[in-house]
Amino acid sequence: MRIARRLAVRIGGAALAVWLIGAPGARAAGAYVDGEIANPALQARYEHITHRLRCLVCQNETVADSDAELAAELRAEVRQMLLAGKTNTEIYRFMKDRYGEFVLYDPPVDAKTVFIWGAPFAFLLIGGIVVYRIVRARSKMPLDEELDTGSTP
Amino acid sequence: MWKYLLPVIAFVGLLVLFAVGLNPKRDLHYLPSPLIGKPAPEFTLTDVLYPNRTVSNRPLAGHVYVFNVWATWCEACREEQHTLLEIAQQHVVPILGLDWNDDRGRAQEWLRELGDPYSGVGFDQNGRVAINWGVYGAPETYLVDRKGRIVFKHIAPMTMQVWNKEFLPRIAAARRGGA
Repeated sequence: MRIARRLAVRIGGAALAVWLIGAPGARAAGAYVDGEIANPALQARYEHITHRLRCLVCQNETVADSDAELAAELRAEVRQMLLAGKTNTEIYRFMKDRYGEFVLYDPPVDAKTVFIWGAPFAFLLIGGIVVYRIVRARSKMPLDEELDTGSTP
Repeated sequence: MWKYLLPVIAFVGLLVLFAVGLNPKRDLHYLPSPLIGKPAPEFTLTDVLYPNRTVSNRPLAGHVYVFNVWATWCEACREEQHTLLEIAQQHVVPILGLDWNDDRGRAQEWLRELGDPYSGVGFDQNGRVAINWGVYGAPETYLVDRKGRIVFKHIAPMTMQVWNKEFLPRIAAARRGGA
């Protein structure tokens, strides 16, 4: 699993912009505290938050899953903020202020994201209208039996 | 009428979507920084070359300066080093450096070997300063105006072309306007 992840990081890094190749996996992330937080409630929040932050280096991984150096730093930051008594909102805001909305896996509904959030419902509505119209048109057509009787005078 | 028009509209819509989404020139890694127009985060770190001295952007308040993030593990940083030296020789603005997640010995060797365009290089060992600046790769180069706001961010190695086109005009504007 770990090897697969590293491989994914490598392939992702190589495929993306050249200047980033040095960033993922270039150094061991051993310099950071990464064990469990003694307080289980804080540990649960730590898991929750890090799974909802996007790693900026390998953009399809969460901060919790990524082996990139930056992800390790961001995990350390989240841990420190939790231990300092910061709320989840404060932590998300801290990340958003620095890296933009992109860092959040659950972006808030606003003018820019309303299409993403609204699209499934819009498509459901369009589909519903189409189905309704087809059904209504068909229900107006004569039934096969009536056709039969009608065609034999 | 709508029966014929709707598929055409849908097709054009898809075409636009694909043209934007599949454009090979689009840099998937480019993220607009939310820090543009915001105050540059203050920092004080030890100097890479002189561990008993500190480097800070506080004394530069009221001045236009460039902030460059690099590291010895970043190959592209090696590439841009000669450009930074050339820029430093123009004596237009001071270049403040941030050595991100690095080994001090290796960084010192790098500066001795390639040359030192910086007015000072902060040694950011655990990446705390980089996080405050929203750094997510190296090299990154920022421009800060006299009011201490981040005016521009360039993600990728610095080139003379970028310097002349993106930085110099903004530096001139920052000097004309503002306090």
